[in-house]
Amino acid sequence: MLKQGLTVLLAAWWLAVMMPVVANEAKPMSNDPVLEARVMVIAEELRCLVCQNETIAASHADLAVDLRSQIRIKLSQGQSNQQILDFMVARYGDFVLYRPPLKASTVLLWVGPFALLLLAAGVLALNIRRHRGAATGSSMTEAEQRRAQQLLDQEGGAS
Amino acid sequence: MKRYLLPLVVFLVLLGFLAVGLRLKPREVPSPLVDRPVPEFRLPTLADPAQQLSPQDLRGKVWMLNVWASWCVACRVEHPVLVEFAKTGRVPLYGLNYKDKRPDALGWLEKFGNPYLQSMSDTAGLAGIDLGVYGVPETFVVDRAGVIRYKHIGPVTPEALRDVILPLIGKLGA
Repeated sequence: MLKQGLTVLLAAWWLAVMMPVVANEAKPMSNDPVLEARVMVIAEELRCLVCQNETIAASHADLAVDLRSQIRIKLSQGQSNQQILDFMVARYGDFVLYRPPLKASTVLLWVGPFALLLLAAGVLALNIRRHRGAATGSSMTEAEQRRAQQLLDQEGGAS
Repeated sequence: MKRYLLPLVVFLVLLGFLAVGLRLKPREVPSPLVDRPVPEFRLPTLADPAQQLSPQDLRGKVWMLNVWASWCVACRVEHPVLVEFAKTGRVPLYGLNYKDKRPDALGWLEKFGNPYLQSMSDTAGLAGIDLGVYGVPETFVVDRAGVIRYKHIGPVTPEALRDVILPLIGKLGA
């Protein structure tokens, strides 16, 4: 009974703590849901440089909030998505984009994983071939093989 | 013997990658603003909000811009370094008081000393966005033509000042 009461109490406490967070996440900054959706589409493309592994859409960092409001202002001024992304790149560099452009400086980033995959596949293929060679490649001489065949035939004949 | 060679090589390569990885500073994102003109903005000064200051007013001299705030813990770490640097009078040091409250900022300078010739109040943080600021403190070195030549991210250390910033200032002719 006591335990149950405690659980309820804990749940209530947890709700009280978590509610503002949840509310905060959904807090509409403008009353126009269409505009807000467009803001989020762009914000999803942008990295928050304060927390680096979060998008500006997801981050609660002060800078992310500021940048979202910048996006909002620019959209309501009639700027295109590309114009806004360019604005961000001009200030924070390609790193701000979650999908960085293919450039000399980002080639390794784009091609690297595939190159590694190819390399691994190559090594694997080489290994397989070597093993198969070892399995079929006769370790017996021709004479030995003939002798083995003879023994097998004899056994077949005996039974 | 030979069968141990390959794992050993793989291990050493991995070790090499890890060693390099440890030295990388992912917090320091290279700024596209280096070798570009300082963005244009005009802001009220911290000392007297009726007065305004713009980086464009500082054309013709080599100067440094330090982005700081009273709420920024790392700023307090670098502050003595800046105060010492300002005493040498090598180049003028200007401040950008980023997203701060004026009384807090003034109190902070009163308490820890004021190395800045002037500070600009960027209350809304818009100049900060134009400068690509993402973590305070940040420090910019600007040349006579008003072009940003270097950006230091994080607190300016005596070593960074001695090994990078001062030689650069010397090269820029100040």
